[in-house]
This record gives sequence, C-alpha cells and structure tokens, in this order.
Amino acid sequence: MKSEFTPRITALLCKWCSYTGADLAGTSRLQYPTSIVAMKVMCSSRVDPVLLIKAFLSGSDGVLVGGCHPGDCHYEVGNYHARRRFAILKGVFETLGLEAGRLKLSWISASEGPKFAQVANEYTQEIKKMGENPSKKKMFL
Amino acid sequence: MSRVRIDMSSSEGAVAFLKHLLGSGKVSAILTMRKNPGTGAYDIGLIADEAGLDNAAPVAPVMVANTGRVLSSLTPAVKPLAVMLKPCELRAFVERVKRDQGSFENLLIISYTCGGVFPLDEAIGEHFQDSIPDYFRRVASGEIVEGVRETCKACEHFVPTCADVTISIAGDRDSTSGCSIYLNTDRAREMAEGLEGKQSDDEFDPAVTAELAVKRTAEKKKVFDSLAPAGDGLDGLIEIFGKCVGCHGCGHVCPICYCVLCDFESHSFDYNLPYFEKELSEKGSLRLPPDTIFFHLGRMTHMSFSCVGCGLCSDVCPVDIPVANIFKKVGEHTASLFDYVAGRDLEEEIPVMVFKEEEFNELG
Repeated sequence: MKSEFTPRITALLCKWCSYTGADLAGTSRLQYPTSIVAMKVMCSSRVDPVLLIKAFLSGSDGVLVGGCHPGDCHYEVGNYHARRRFAILKGVFETLGLEAGRLKLSWISASEGPKFAQVANEYTQEIKKMGENPSKKKMFL
Repeated sequence: MSRVRIDMSSSEGAVAFLKHLLGSGKVSAILTMRKNPGTGAYDIGLIADEAGLDNAAPVAPVMVANTGRVLSSLTPAVKPLAVMLKPCELRAFVERVKRDQGSFENLLIISYTCGGVFPLDEAIGEHFQDSIPDYFRRVASGEIVEGVRETCKACEHFVPTCADVTISIAGDRDSTSGCSIYLNTDRAREMAEGLEGKQSDDEFDPAVTAELAVKRTAEKKKVFDSLAPAGDGLDGLIEIFGKCVGCHGCGHVCPICYCVLCDFESHSFDYNLPYFEKELSEKGSLRLPPDTIFFHLGRMTHMSFSCVGCGLCSDVCPVDIPVANIFKKVGEHTASLFDYVAGRDLEEEIPVMVFKEEEFNELG
C-alpha cells in the first residue's frame, strides 16, 4: 500500500497546443491535480530527452511531454521528431529496468481543455500507484 | 576479376597489397595500423612512402583508436587515399559520414572479416607478440578466440558491407597461408590491376563465415544475459556505475560521439552553491562530482542506436565498467525500434533525422 502523497509531475508542454489546452482547462475551471508542474516550450521537439532524464533523476515522480496531434504541429513536423526521441528514451529505460511508466507523451490540442484535465487526473493516479520516485532518496546520481 | 589470391598469410598479403597500391602510384597515401619494431607499440599511421609500410600491421588484432573516427579529419580526401578499417571502424565511419563528419570521396576502403581484437592492456604486454600466430590460426578455423574483447566475441557484424576491398580472414582456413583479396567495386578492381597474385572471378562465399556468425550470436546472448546488475533498475545502475570516476574517457574514444562540445562537458549542467545546499537539505549527503548516472543515460539516449560495438569504451575505462556491453545491449534495442543497424548502409538514414507519419501509435 503506497501512502498518499502528492506526486510532482514535471510537464513540458508545447506553447501552441498542449500548454494552451492546459490554460483552457484552467479558465474553464476544470479540476486537475496540483501535481502538474507545467513548463512552456515552443514545440515538443524542443525537448531534448536529456531534460527528461534530468527531471527523472532529480526526483520528479512523473515526467509528461505534451505536444500537438501528429499532423497538426505548429512547425509541421516537430512532434514527429519528438515522438521518435521519446520512443528512444523509453527504450533506454525499459532495457535498463528503469520505471518507464514515469515517462509519458500526450497529444493535447489547444481546444482540448477537458482532455488535459483528464490526462492530468489519470496520470496522477497512475503515479500515485507507482509511489514516490526512488531517485529522490539517492545521493548518487 | 573479383579476387586476387597472394601466396602469403593474410597479414603478409595485406601488407603486400598496400605496397602495391603505394608503389604503383595508384594512391597517394595509406592509413593503417603500424607496429613500432623497437617498442612493439601499435599506432595508426598515415604513410606516404613505401619504406614506411615496412612497419605496417594492417590486420593486427589490436585497436588503439577507432580508425573510423581518425579518418574523419582526413576527408574529404583530395588525392586517392587507401584506408584499412576493421568492420566496426568502417561502420563507425559510415555513421559519421551520415552526420556530415566525413566523406567517402577518393577513398579506397579496405576491410576484412574480423576475428576481434585484444584488450589494450594485453596488447601492451611483453608477450603479446607470441599470441598472435595462434590467434590467426584460431580465427582461420572459425573459433572465437578466448582473450579478445567481449564485444568482439559477441559481434555479429564482422563481415564488412561497405568496403571496396574485403580480405578474407575469419573462418577462412586457407588464410594462414593464402591471402584472398576480394574486390567489391570497380575502384577496387582498378586499384588491384598489376597486383601480383592469382586472379579469379571467385566471389566471397558467405558460407565461410556463417558458422562463426552463429557462435557469435550465442556469445552475444551470454554477454547480454550476464549484464546484471545493469537491467536491475536504478539500484542496478548505481551499482554498476558506482565506480565511475567521470573521466568521460568512454565518450572521448567513442567514434559516434563527435560533438566538439559535449552537452555533459558544457556549462549547461554546471552547478552552484545554492544547488548543493538544496541537495544537502533534502538528502543529507551528496556524491561529487554529480551527474554520474546522468552522463551515461544521456549518452545512451543520444547515440546508442548508432553504437557499433567496437568496445573501446570498456577498454579505456580506468575502473573496468563494462560500458561497451551495456551500450551495445541498449543500442541494439533502441536501433531495433526503427529496424536500424548502425553502419550497415550509407543510404539508411539515422533514426532521429527521419520519421514516419504513422508509427508508435501507442505513444501519445
């Protein structure tokens, strides 16, 4: 049984779609957990997987990357590249037995306020079940 | 003519071939490994005169640096240059060319079917020379030689695919007394004209290396299965990289890590006192310098799919971390996500440079 804790989920959200979608969730007064720590990037392709590794090793219980739906990227192809990079990072985690479930990629458009709230709620629940990220306790990393 | 057979061992025949290339004026210089007759030390030489080839050791089971990496700085070649590359060095060069770090122009690429190299600390040993004849006998009979690098024992890509010339060694029982030089391209055939030896239209027979390939695959499975604690999550990583001193030697010798300023050596990840104070308040103590695991995970994410498994990283690690085995295992997985094999084909694009509109639908 994992004790109730408020996860800290580092969220890198693209300005044109997912961050705007998150903003819409806010202005629509949709409830979503305070676990999400949102950061704006211009495009999901700006996200170097190394940033996600840093967040994970720094103790983030979850790491979320938000981008436009494939085909709708504001910069046309950015999210396709982001998707491949994310797949590689997941592959590295899986091969080494690291908790790949703490990494999530989600396509959320600017008008999908409810979807953002849903993703935030569901992912927070998933992370709560996984418990705290053990890297918080490691003084090694 | 697709083959010339010289009545000499593969090592001697290779030198004879290089002497022909330079002596006939068909190439202006040769890039190959050399052995210093005085000190017995190996190095990589760029040789423009025939006399210099007296010290050439083109197929010696040693790798002092990844020649594919060294070759980058010599290209684009303006005058014809012949280059001896082990299959993994050639694959590394292909990966570098894909990254605009080299060019095949004016090069004659000579490679061979490789039996592996000995770790550097053995190659500098006093009695290393004594083990070489036995090495070639075993390699010729298709054995996996006990003392070579683990990544070599586990290497399935030991038959070069992008070479102009392939010298047959591994699995070739004739190679201890006959050097078979296969000419794969027009350039190779042109360069081999006038080479003394028995010419024929024999093509390289994959059956020669097939049995060894099966053994290598079995060995690879053994190596991958014995990587624990790597694979055991965060604790496993901390255990295996616990000894890491952060010298970044592995990154420096890696042929794929071409970034002049590596992210992990830049100011991007500098720390200051407030950071350390915060860490101390949360954890009580801190290992310095920080970012040990971070460096390795980051490097894996940046380049693992292009890893050619040469094994130099493990060789240079001062604390004997099996870096090469770990990167090879992770790299095979990340490359397999895209059906990619590093260095197999120059036309095959690096996975992060291209994409498909429909793929990885389970993500996002």
